[in-house]
Amino acid sequence: MSTFLGMPARPPRSPYGTGNLRGDEPFPRAAHRELGNGQLRRNLGKATTTIRTKRLNVTGELPDWEALRDAGSAIKTDAMNRLPELLEQLERKVTEHGGTVHWARDGAEANEIVARLVKATGSSEVIKVKSMATQEIGLNEHLESVGITPYETDLAELIVQLAHDKPSHILVPAIHRNRDEIRQIFLDRIPGVDPELDNVPAHLAAAARAYLREKFMATKVAVSGANFGVAETGTLSVVESEGNGRMCLTLPDTLITVMGIEKVLPRYQDLEVFLQLLPRSSTGERMNPYTSLWTGVTPDDGPQDFHLVLLDNGRTAALADAVGRAALNCIRCSACLNVCPVYERTGGHAYGSTYPGPIGAVLTPQLAGMHAADDDPNSSLPYASSLCGACFDACPVKIDIPSLLVELRHQNTEQSGTTPEKLAMRAAAAVMKRPALYTGAQKAAGLGRLVAGRDRTISRLPPPFAGWSDSRDTEAPPRQTFRAWFASDEGRAALRAAADEHDGSHAEHDPGDGRHDPGDEGHDHSHGEGEKK
Amino acid sequence: MTDARDTVLGRIRAALALAPTPATVVPRRYRTGRVLPDGERLALFTDRLLDYKAEVRPCTADRTAQVVADVLRDHGARRIGVPAGLDPRWLDAYDGDVSPDAADIPAPRLDALDAVVTASAAGCAETGTIFLDGSPDQGRRALSLVPDLHLCVVDLSSVEAGVPEVLARLVPERPTTLISGPSATSDIELERVEGVHGPRTLVVVIRKDV
Amino acid sequence: MRIGLFATCLGDTLFPDAVRSTAVLLTRLGHEVVFPPGQTCCGQMHINTGYQREPVPLVRNFAEQFGDGSIEAIVMPSGSCAGSVRHQHAIVADRYGDAALRAGVATVAAKTYELSELLVDVLGVTGVGAYFPHRVTYHPTCHSLRMLRVGDKPLRLLRAVDSIDLVELPGADSCCGFGGTFALKNAETSTAMLHDKLDGIAATGAEVCTAGDSSCLMHIGGGLSRIRSGTRTLHLARILAATRTTPDALTEAAA
Repeated sequence: MSTFLGMPARPPRSPYGTGNLRGDEPFPRAAHRELGNGQLRRNLGKATTTIRTKRLNVTGELPDWEALRDAGSAIKTDAMNRLPELLEQLERKVTEHGGTVHWARDGAEANEIVARLVKATGSSEVIKVKSMATQEIGLNEHLESVGITPYETDLAELIVQLAHDKPSHILVPAIHRNRDEIRQIFLDRIPGVDPELDNVPAHLAAAARAYLREKFMATKVAVSGANFGVAETGTLSVVESEGNGRMCLTLPDTLITVMGIEKVLPRYQDLEVFLQLLPRSSTGERMNPYTSLWTGVTPDDGPQDFHLVLLDNGRTAALADAVGRAALNCIRCSACLNVCPVYERTGGHAYGSTYPGPIGAVLTPQLAGMHAADDDPNSSLPYASSLCGACFDACPVKIDIPSLLVELRHQNTEQSGTTPEKLAMRAAAAVMKRPALYTGAQKAAGLGRLVAGRDRTISRLPPPFAGWSDSRDTEAPPRQTFRAWFASDEGRAALRAAADEHDGSHAEHDPGDGRHDPGDEGHDHSHGEGEKK
Repeated sequence: MTDARDTVLGRIRAALALAPTPATVVPRRYRTGRVLPDGERLALFTDRLLDYKAEVRPCTADRTAQVVADVLRDHGARRIGVPAGLDPRWLDAYDGDVSPDAADIPAPRLDALDAVVTASAAGCAETGTIFLDGSPDQGRRALSLVPDLHLCVVDLSSVEAGVPEVLARLVPERPTTLISGPSATSDIELERVEGVHGPRTLVVVIRKDV
Repeated sequence: MRIGLFATCLGDTLFPDAVRSTAVLLTRLGHEVVFPPGQTCCGQMHINTGYQREPVPLVRNFAEQFGDGSIEAIVMPSGSCAGSVRHQHAIVADRYGDAALRAGVATVAAKTYELSELLVDVLGVTGVGAYFPHRVTYHPTCHSLRMLRVGDKPLRLLRAVDSIDLVELPGADSCCGFGGTFALKNAETSTAMLHDKLDGIAATGAEVCTAGDSSCLMHIGGGLSRIRSGTRTLHLARILAATRTTPDALTEAAA
């Protein structure tokens, strides 16, 4: 146990150049490529529209949905506040029930632990349950580099793995692929697949079942992630649909679970909240088909050798930020991706990270940093949002993603030194804080009329406004500002006439003077209180 | 290894010291302790199961053996596996081959079974979920997973209204499986398809008077 | 009621008609509209782009201009500026301000309203005596909808307008793609969002697309103009301020 003298040291981010928490180009450039892919746009549009409707139906039918969100948010916040004691308790309980707990400071260390454990079993293959943590640390690549073959068993992960592709969604990694593309991938890459295979989703699922059946029966080691780890009892949980999770968690001799330290829950009872929030938010189902709960090792049932790897990899760096820490509350449901207008157009690859979409834009920079190298692509992520707020409304644990984005933008500008943008912002503020300078600037803006065409529109603007004028006309500034009108004879006359209209109608009825207590309704509802309707 | 443990715990303590936040009280204003009459729980549970495309066979306890036999016959199940602790009377009317499970039977042999018949630990009406907890009448987890048809007998008295109510019945340390319909995936265009790796057919026999 | 009018920098400079209509409408309803002349900008663009030190003087100026106790309510014809005053000024003041600024910010935030909120919640009116014989569709801007939670207040005001033909906008809740500097930094993604919004507007066959925020309307209007759409944009205040005796220029032109 370390003790502190003075200010404690700031925990490190995920080491630069490791894992999958950084793309190789900034978001706008990556988005440019993805936006040009019409097939991708259609696939994403169809899928996100389907899931949005389903989610609203099943969240709307619970009268206590908002109370569940409040509880979920508070449980996660409470867990973060008490993380050291909860992790120690989890470790103790898992150990008491016959499991072994390992700690990993970063992805490379976790990869080495898993590889060592697999090698110790003598197996050169592992079956894998879909897991964000192992994707984040690049476990598959590491296992392959030491001669161990990982088999992804989730249908979407299998599609991604067979196509040597990257996941583009937290829940449905192959959301960017449609049925025709998936059929082709299976025909090309699954040994012995029926050449008559068509594009019916049920038939494609059956082909995956047949291919993986033998792996499930024969492979001795499985690797999983965890949705929740309960400190009170040492119970771990995997929430899934296909049964591949049950196969991996049940049939092998050895199970290795890699879990981010933020996944710990204080009490078993807390599951009653998350098992309502998670399935309804992610797949829009009242409950997902299968959830497995296990505690260490159970004699004569399931793997007799169980290892839990607790992963930091930048999580403690996020925890050290009072605002940004809220991103660690994420339960990986992906509801924010499905409602995000930016994600819907660009898809997940544009974010360059295992965690795409709105939550990825706030989580990735915190885990891996925004300024680890010159022109770090992660510094573009907080700007990959119009701040429309749909993600906050959808989040089952009420993470205020728009506010986090604004906070990370601030951190980015603070760390960026003096940039042309900062100078422009300073100049704008310097003008705007002085009303006299401001009115002068308004007059200068009025000069925009000179560059406008005869229809009072400007169709071409110089950088940094060129992207704007590529698809939008700009109206020429008007002759008179509001303040000039208000102070003018014309303005005074107009307002006097309006006042007279009121006095004239005042005798019969009084439409405007009924004062209400300003606080009675509607004012300052905090952002994210709930769905419309 | 010990080193990593101390380092990570030290970082967490440092993070919490750098950004201290006040203690949180968890508001639990969501619905708990709900009690619904038998008829309503049965209707709700059935509705949810059918929504998942599970097959539902309500019956009375004295008809258990007949309904089990009917279901297995209807699905052409000639060889079935059962947990060692299953009530043998449930199979009185079944004329196929019954293999009681044992821990040393390897998974590929379970794959050769047409069906498995188990009891259950509890149910949740609002979500249509069945809970198995590895008790002797439910068996080890592999048994209810590998065969392609799972016939699960659920007593209505064990079906609670909602998730909080049913979780309170569970023993945390037991290996617990929550089952809501047959195995399914939404991985292709987010369209739900029933039947992937788990049992592709789930039949729930609900005993209304137990 | 004595109401302080915040024109917003965009409204004052580029879209004065919407502010003018706000002033006329409130005056017609019997209220005293005051315009503190030292007002400039709320600093929303700075804050949303990541700058919190630079707008401190703007936040202070706003609090000073409108802090006067005789101003009972502050109104602005912009959901996003009202959102900035109510939610973001405190963040800036907490981080880079002093105790006086924090107190000043809290005072003005508590009496700040977007136009439809002021009318419906504070003044208790939905029928404002407006007349607007046109087909209109309403785009609920993101900050009005999800930050301020104005709900259906703008629609209640519009439904009460005489002779209006109000049609529902498909995909109304979706962002138009503006997002301030987002439209510059991620211009192509913004454009993709804009085009879907324009498709929705086209499907309504409306003559006018209205909203409570001139910035979003500038974005949508710029897109409509570029594709030579027959639909034009008009701020909600302009529809509410149009009457039979003083119609909006649009109505006059059509007549």
